[in-house]
Amino acid sequence: MKTIRLLPVILVTLAGAAVMLNACSNGANDREASPTGRPVLNRALSTEPESLDPQKGRSVQAADVLRDIGEGLVTYDAAGNLVPGTAESWEIAADGLSYTFRIRADARWSNGDPVTAADFVSGLQRLVDPATAAFYAAEIGTVVNAEAIVAGKMDPAELGVAATDERTLVISLVRPTPYLLSLLTHSSTFPVHRGSVDQHGAQFARAGNLVSNGAYVLADWEPGAVIELHRNAHYWNDAGTSIDVVRHHVVTQELAEFNRYRAGELHVTSTVPPENFEQIRADYADQLHIAPTLGVYYYGFNMTRPPFADNPELRQALSMAIDREVLVEAITGRGEAPAYSWVPPGIHNYDPVQLPYAGLSRQEREAIAQSLYRKAGYGKNNPLRFELRYNTSDTQQRIALAVQAMWRKVLGAEATTVNVEFQVLLDQMRNREVTEVFRSSWFGDYNDANTFLAIMQSDSAANMPGYSNPEFDALMQSAGEQLDLDRRRLYLEEAERVLLADHAVIPLYFYVSKHLVKPEVGGWQDNILNYHYSQHLSLGAAGQDGRP
Amino acid sequence: MLRYTLRRLLGAIPTLFLVIVLAFLLVHAAPGGPFDDERTLPAEIEANIAAAYHLDEPLPMQFLRYLTGVMQGDFGPSYSYRDYTVSELIGRSFPVSVQLGILAMLLAAVSGVSLGVVAALNRHSALDKIVMGFAMTGISIPVFVIAPVLVLFLAVKLQWLPASWTGSEGALRLLLPVLSLALPQIAYIARLTRASLIEVLSSDFIRTARGQGLGTAAIVRYHALKPAMLPVLSYLGPAVAAVLTGSVVVEEIFGIPGLGQLFVRGSLNRDYTLVLGVVIFYAMLIVLLNLIVDLLYGAIDPRIRRR
Repeated sequence: MKTIRLLPVILVTLAGAAVMLNACSNGANDREASPTGRPVLNRALSTEPESLDPQKGRSVQAADVLRDIGEGLVTYDAAGNLVPGTAESWEIAADGLSYTFRIRADARWSNGDPVTAADFVSGLQRLVDPATAAFYAAEIGTVVNAEAIVAGKMDPAELGVAATDERTLVISLVRPTPYLLSLLTHSSTFPVHRGSVDQHGAQFARAGNLVSNGAYVLADWEPGAVIELHRNAHYWNDAGTSIDVVRHHVVTQELAEFNRYRAGELHVTSTVPPENFEQIRADYADQLHIAPTLGVYYYGFNMTRPPFADNPELRQALSMAIDREVLVEAITGRGEAPAYSWVPPGIHNYDPVQLPYAGLSRQEREAIAQSLYRKAGYGKNNPLRFELRYNTSDTQQRIALAVQAMWRKVLGAEATTVNVEFQVLLDQMRNREVTEVFRSSWFGDYNDANTFLAIMQSDSAANMPGYSNPEFDALMQSAGEQLDLDRRRLYLEEAERVLLADHAVIPLYFYVSKHLVKPEVGGWQDNILNYHYSQHLSLGAAGQDGRP
Repeated sequence: MLRYTLRRLLGAIPTLFLVIVLAFLLVHAAPGGPFDDERTLPAEIEANIAAAYHLDEPLPMQFLRYLTGVMQGDFGPSYSYRDYTVSELIGRSFPVSVQLGILAMLLAAVSGVSLGVVAALNRHSALDKIVMGFAMTGISIPVFVIAPVLVLFLAVKLQWLPASWTGSEGALRLLLPVLSLALPQIAYIARLTRASLIEVLSSDFIRTARGQGLGTAAIVRYHALKPAMLPVLSYLGPAVAAVLTGSVVVEEIFGIPGLGQLFVRGSLNRDYTLVLGVVIFYAMLIVLLNLIVDLLYGAIDPRIRRR
């Protein structure tokens, strides 16, 4: 009874508090950031970057924002071609073991300081320094001493990177790395402004503290909501930047994102909801951008446990029984390409190898699959029973149910579908104790077949199936030693052939990038990397390409 | 009074300790770690990251380290927001959630009671049926349906209101989230008010008042409303709880940087320190609110004033 009498009092107090809070937060939101008249680009991020410290960022989304605020020695143009970044030129030694970069004379930090070769040395040393705990520290593992430094056996100052003068940077390698230039576009290899790292320490990547060398500078970060960038007037190519303010909105829900796009709050979405995709395709034909990208969706076998260890024929039977065309047309349905190789098509200097049965008709595949299944000792009265694990999500479930039905119909195999939370699946895949068949995916870090093939080496941490074939490892080793790019390619292709013949994985489809882009956004070009630098975009009148 | 407060505060320490122990054990028992990802890291890098966050120490050591930090008011660094500490994140998001929750509760209380009174006074009329139909709909449709529908009509089709938190700078951006949160509560409160008022209006003392020639308005205002509010007021407790839990969904849909969104992200990413921080913060809040209510009891009713 007494509580009841109190409640009106509490309510009034709370009301007062709410009004006060509202007043406060409105004050805080009167940012001078986006005064009317300055063009503001609103784009979406599907998850929040875990860090905007270039060496600490990990996710695709962190890299998306970091590409706007920083720049590596090398960068990409709007079409996804490698072009000089903060370095204006470079020379590669004949043995492929030394790269000499020339830094632009007009390269500047956002506070006006010149960007020097020593800043790049600091950035790369910081990347491999165990104290930084960088996720991408191993990416530059072929740089002299990088591995020993990451393992804590050597001082970061010993890294094979040297500034011979203000504008000359020499990177020394232990073995040829043809994809080094692509690596040097990644945010983890960006230079750091030593003064502000020393001054701000762990708070170095905050708005107001972060000094960066890209087209934009971090102006504000409201965790959980939005990251706001302002044009960097000191950027060497500032004349090429058209948009003054870029706001990266964090939008985790696909449908909410679509609604915000329709309400005019976003110019560019990070994806397109699967629910009413056909409708969207019809209604937004001129704004929908679907493009192949560097990602493969696959089912993996646990290669360390029965029934799939030492049973390549059984694995092949399961792989052949899946009709990938049906999956991409009826289930995923957003322009994905059926996968008959491990490396996606369109990758630089590479011709993906096809699974041997790719050219057969569905009837032929099914007949072979059935005979392989019988040969492995299974049949009508003795069906193969196993678990298919996937992470809880609508799309994964629909794919799993379709594949389960195909296995049952073609082979009579009985797969039980098990869905678990993503983190749980990761744990189970890595431990290889309960998994039999599992769903996973891989996205390339750079435009080279190595990023896909290297993870299947015996000692790779990302080798989820536990695949181990000395022949494959030897081919990868040889590919890594080649100076001649054509010969290297042949080794990589041969390695993929071995991998596919072993059927350790069932590639199901290749991912596509999906964006809705407002007609007034100019300069947008679809590319396989799915990189869309804000500095390449412009805002004009609807229907026109507003590029200057 | 002071001694009582102190005693209560000291008494809360074991409770909070228990909360910390349980929450710590539970988050660490969940499979997977904060830095697991499909792109599995090489062992040396994993070791470096574990060392940087002291995740390589035995669990009891980690617990002691954490507890020592908490006692000094330090909830540790967040794993999923590597540039921020947990205390900073809670400090930024809590005011947003409070603002949302209070406004939703106010809206629900005021409009729920008004609608209920209107329905009760016009019993069995068309108006009553409309209000109660609305209430039934509000109760049956969950927030995750209401919110997108509101967005679809008011933000996408009519373009009157922003569809998200970052879609506008002003107070307008609060409208749809508050409405989505409040609607089910408005419905409940309206139904409660109606039922309770009808019951009161048929009681003897109201008939007496009528017999004395008082008009309906005066009867409701001076005699009927107060007793009719009792069940409604006791419902406000559960309503606050519903608004708090409902805000997790609403925050996700509208992209509001509140405590709920932080908690969801923390749990999904196994951000141990963030989840623990939010849980402990909530626990402290509840302990504190209970204490305030108990103190107010004493202030208002001398019979239960403590020595």
